[in-house]
Amino acid sequence: MIYLDYSATTPANPEVVDTFSKVSLEYIGNPNSLHRLGVDAKHLMDAATKQVADLLHVDKEEVIFTSGASESNNLAIMGVLEKYPMRGNHILTTKLEHSSILECMPYLEKKGYQIDYVKVKEDGMIDLDYFRRLLTKDTVLVTIHHVNSEVGFCQNVSMIGEILKEYPTTIFHVDGTQALGKIPVSLEGIDLYSFSAHKFYGLKGCGGLIKKKHIELEPLIHGGKSQTIYRSGTPPLGLMVSTAKALRLALDHGEEKYAKVQKLNKLLKKELQMIDGVVVNSNQNCIPHIVNISVLDIKPETLLHALEEKEIYISTKTACSKVDGDSLTLTAIGKPSSISGHSLRVSLSHLTTEEEIHIFVDCLKQCMEQLTF
Amino acid sequence: MDRVVLIKYGELTTKKGNRNYFIHVLYQNIEKKLKGLDVSISQDISRMYIEFQEENLELVLSRLNQVFGIHTYQVAYKIETDVDLIKEQIVSMMKEKTGTFKVVTKRSDKTFPIESTEFSRQMGSVLLKSNASLSVDVHQPDTTLTIEILKKYTYLYTDIYYGLGGYPVGTQPKGMLMLSGGIDSPVAGYLALKRGVKLEAVYFEAIPHTSIEARNKVIELCRKLTSFTDKIHLHVVPFTEIQETIYKECNPEYCITIMRRMMYRITERLSKKYKCLAIVNGESIGQVASQTLTSMSVINQVTSMPVIRPVACLDKLEIIDLAKKIDTYDISILPYEDCCTIFVPKHPVIHPVLEECLKEETKFDYEAMIERTVSNLQTIVIQEEEDSTFSNLL
Repeated sequence: MIYLDYSATTPANPEVVDTFSKVSLEYIGNPNSLHRLGVDAKHLMDAATKQVADLLHVDKEEVIFTSGASESNNLAIMGVLEKYPMRGNHILTTKLEHSSILECMPYLEKKGYQIDYVKVKEDGMIDLDYFRRLLTKDTVLVTIHHVNSEVGFCQNVSMIGEILKEYPTTIFHVDGTQALGKIPVSLEGIDLYSFSAHKFYGLKGCGGLIKKKHIELEPLIHGGKSQTIYRSGTPPLGLMVSTAKALRLALDHGEEKYAKVQKLNKLLKKELQMIDGVVVNSNQNCIPHIVNISVLDIKPETLLHALEEKEIYISTKTACSKVDGDSLTLTAIGKPSSISGHSLRVSLSHLTTEEEIHIFVDCLKQCMEQLTF
Repeated sequence: MDRVVLIKYGELTTKKGNRNYFIHVLYQNIEKKLKGLDVSISQDISRMYIEFQEENLELVLSRLNQVFGIHTYQVAYKIETDVDLIKEQIVSMMKEKTGTFKVVTKRSDKTFPIESTEFSRQMGSVLLKSNASLSVDVHQPDTTLTIEILKKYTYLYTDIYYGLGGYPVGTQPKGMLMLSGGIDSPVAGYLALKRGVKLEAVYFEAIPHTSIEARNKVIELCRKLTSFTDKIHLHVVPFTEIQETIYKECNPEYCITIMRRMMYRITERLSKKYKCLAIVNGESIGQVASQTLTSMSVINQVTSMPVIRPVACLDKLEIIDLAKKIDTYDISILPYEDCCTIFVPKHPVIHPVLEECLKEETKFDYEAMIERTVSNLQTIVIQEEEDSTFSNLL
């Protein structure tokens, strides 16, 4: 089996699973119970929270554990809009966001918010001049991805944060789901940052939202203080601790892992460029972990299943977007339907080997031959 | 390029005859605090030099920020005393800067051929030539570049950091801190440490009315204080018998007053036993019934030892600010009952009368009880937390 869909989700690191299992069996108390078992669980929860905070260079009060990035994104967006109704009704985002952000927008429009989608240039980067022009004193929220999930464009979020310094009432949310654990992340100038553990070899069902101290949120889930007052529910201690561990392990030797993926990326792109009928959509603005390609004249889904027959697993667009239709990301950067309707995503990891890349390319060629009439 | 931390002695230098002793204690405290960080510490008449591994800088500074007796310090570049080297280094230090600056030269090596003001002027003009976005303002500069010229080495720095101030812990004898688990007493302990007083601590527990978690909370508070001092000996006093007897035998209005008098008596006993010269506690004038001046006066009658109340004249909010600063607040507000919150009478007396207290205290043989209590004392040695007890899980 060759797994090349790491941006959809990653296999859990066995050490992380081990932590989950130990914590679930040995720390049975509810961290909010007053007895000793509860106090022990609370200490462990605090240590896990602190570890996440330290790794991200924030305070432990700034870490909110959630069920994952979709919840974090919803909590960030709905939470601040509910909390700061007087700050204006204008929201800025892009068409390149994850569906857990894009799908909030029609709902917010119905509630009276005015949504502007910042233009993205052909190279996948946000047009910052255009962005500046769209900002008004009524802009309450800017929500932008750090790394786009379909093609891998990496936005200059610190520059955007810098621009937003002149707008003190505008809150800046960044969806870091595809970034954290893969590339260095600085939260300077960012008010809210979402992430998900299963994207960095943690477990599915846990993620977080970093919320800087000067920002308040209205919770989505009411029910009193849990790990924080921003999200109720019995703290899932095993998941929290395993997430803290997964993050530590993911950031460990980060540069080495990045360099390895970069090398694999080069190899893959070089091989793909030699195949007629394959267009590589990911460019130099993309993280090396994501290689988006379009195979002209073959339906992406057909190709995906053909590769699946050979036990090779990749994605069409992202796992979270709708099955039919053109890629929103590629459409947004001005690609014609022949490209955006035929895109496939290959996503790499430091666990990927050069041999796997070679096999994948060979199989892709075979499949393309079989499917071309 | 090598960088060093320069620690100036500040208030310590006013201590004339004791000066060397103060500096010696400070040296030892810093050495203990930086243990394991691969630093080398040296000193001369006016300051201490700490050489560190560049990657540890943040850690070194954060630990120095927990040492009393450091008033200001700098992170300085250390180079050999040589005009060309100095020029090269200041140009590189100032190349990113914009706005106004001035150069201050301190020449403790008077054999250095150029006189201080002249040297500052020369270096200023070097900087003006090297960086077009700089201009000179000798009155209110954005950046002050200091050049300290010693015989062999020259130190260069632009930023001054402020330490915790105070006196090195251990330059005074010990005090006995009454630690309850509330917000005020850890702050009181911190302030006593600030003036150089070493601490032991006493905690009164009334199991099963108070839980083991309440004790753990006090241990954690004590642990926070150990960031600013060495180990702390925490004496856990089994107070159940005395407390239950007071509530059985005495006039309810006077229960709290009598209880406090018992606590003071026991603390005095322990202080003498462990050679503490003062009692330290978190009483704040008027905060609760037992802390009115009348109450304090009547309670204080049981001891002739000095009672230091560092937060006596602070408002609650000021105390809370300090508690947050020293990171004890979140622990203090954990909801466990302690000796002072169980059995609270409806109307505790606000202006107790000494004669009434004496009368109430004849109702039981407290001397014998205190004796038993002190002999059943449990002492826990609290040390600064070793890195993560959960390391196998995280």
